[in-house]
Amino acid sequence: MPSTRDIRRRIVSVKKTAQITSAMEKVAQAKMGRAQQAAIAGRPYAELMNRVLGEVVTHAGDFDHPFMKARGGENRALILVTTDKGMCGSINSNLLRKVSDEFVTDHTRVIAAGRKGAQHASRVGWDLTADFSYSDTPVFAEARAIARMAVELFENAEVDHVDIAFTNFINTLSQKPEVQTLLPITEIKGVQAGVEGEEMASELSGGTAEFLFEPSAGGVLGALLPHYINFQVHQILLEAKASEFSSKMVAMKNATDNANDLIKDLTLEFNKMRQAAITNELLEITSAQMALGN
Amino acid sequence: MADTLKLEIVTPETTIYSEDVEMVTLPGSEGEAGIYPNHVPLMTRVQAGEIIVNRGGTEEVVAIGEGFAEITGDHIAILTDNAANSADIDEAAAEEAKAKAEQRLEEGGDISEEEAKALTKALTQATLYSQAQIKAKRRKRG
Repeated sequence: MPSTRDIRRRIVSVKKTAQITSAMEKVAQAKMGRAQQAAIAGRPYAELMNRVLGEVVTHAGDFDHPFMKARGGENRALILVTTDKGMCGSINSNLLRKVSDEFVTDHTRVIAAGRKGAQHASRVGWDLTADFSYSDTPVFAEARAIARMAVELFENAEVDHVDIAFTNFINTLSQKPEVQTLLPITEIKGVQAGVEGEEMASELSGGTAEFLFEPSAGGVLGALLPHYINFQVHQILLEAKASEFSSKMVAMKNATDNANDLIKDLTLEFNKMRQAAITNELLEITSAQMALGN
Repeated sequence: MADTLKLEIVTPETTIYSEDVEMVTLPGSEGEAGIYPNHVPLMTRVQAGEIIVNRGGTEEVVAIGEGFAEITGDHIAILTDNAANSADIDEAAAEEAKAKAEQRLEEGGDISEEEAKALTKALTQATLYSQAQIKAKRRKRG
């Protein structure tokens, strides 16, 4: 039977835990907002890229680029975007489960972005090619480095297919593990900036004005494709970060709620015990008085 | 006839320049190109370098990375990632990532050093805690 002092001590410690988790919740909320903002800040770039893509696709005619050629081989690369830290609910395990079931074979080279993915890869013995890190608000250079490595593997025919696995941000309460194909590019869709909701492929518009191309429409498109991939990877990193922080927010909110429930229960128990002790004491006094006898 | 152009320079992270200007000189794929208002619509690759902007009688220089420019009669939009020597930076990042991956593979399924430290710390704390608990229990019984 714990004493009242033990319970009081526990209440104090649970209160401290609740304070920490609620602080973490607020931090996660702020960081999620920042990731969303950063994704939205890419909008003018996305719009311009869509305009240029629209123009060159309509003018390039039958266009052939190494990036767009599907090769039959079974060597694959998988860019695995996970978080660096834990305490963010189950998004990493969900993603890793999805990936292990369906995507990683003996012919898959894993490019990890985020520590959790790299740890998992080395634990289960996947062919880990690189272990990139990215910051809480991913900058473009980080995405570009990752994309360039994947592109190089593809160009040197070391792999025939590049996928990217990440956690898609549906809304604050739900995130979905997803795998998208990065290379070869089967169809040029418009890029989108922003992390909210289901991705809709935005329409490519083109043909408003007769543009001249320097050096040629095909040449411009060929040079544009690497930028197109970089931008996609950047947006995916931001998306993954928004997912991480929203998941963390929910996890920390649950932890705070749990702690508060626990505090309530413990306080109740503490009061009961205190009451019992007082009753006991009263009983002792009266019985002592009775024993002294009038 | 419009006598100014709207110049916009956008990167994936932000819009770095957005002003009405009189003339722009940019490093195109076929050499330097000076663009005045009412230029023919043109899409061109832009090489890493400097853009010279004439605005209100003064010259401004903006450094940009490799990218694209969409030029119409009344505006120029430049799409760039704003890093002149990105290749070197990427190379370094890739090298680092590879090294880290190798290190992780060498350690195999084992835990890395920092994790080991964290674990030891947690274990020590756990032992201290259980010792304290045992002591407390003994004291109560005694």
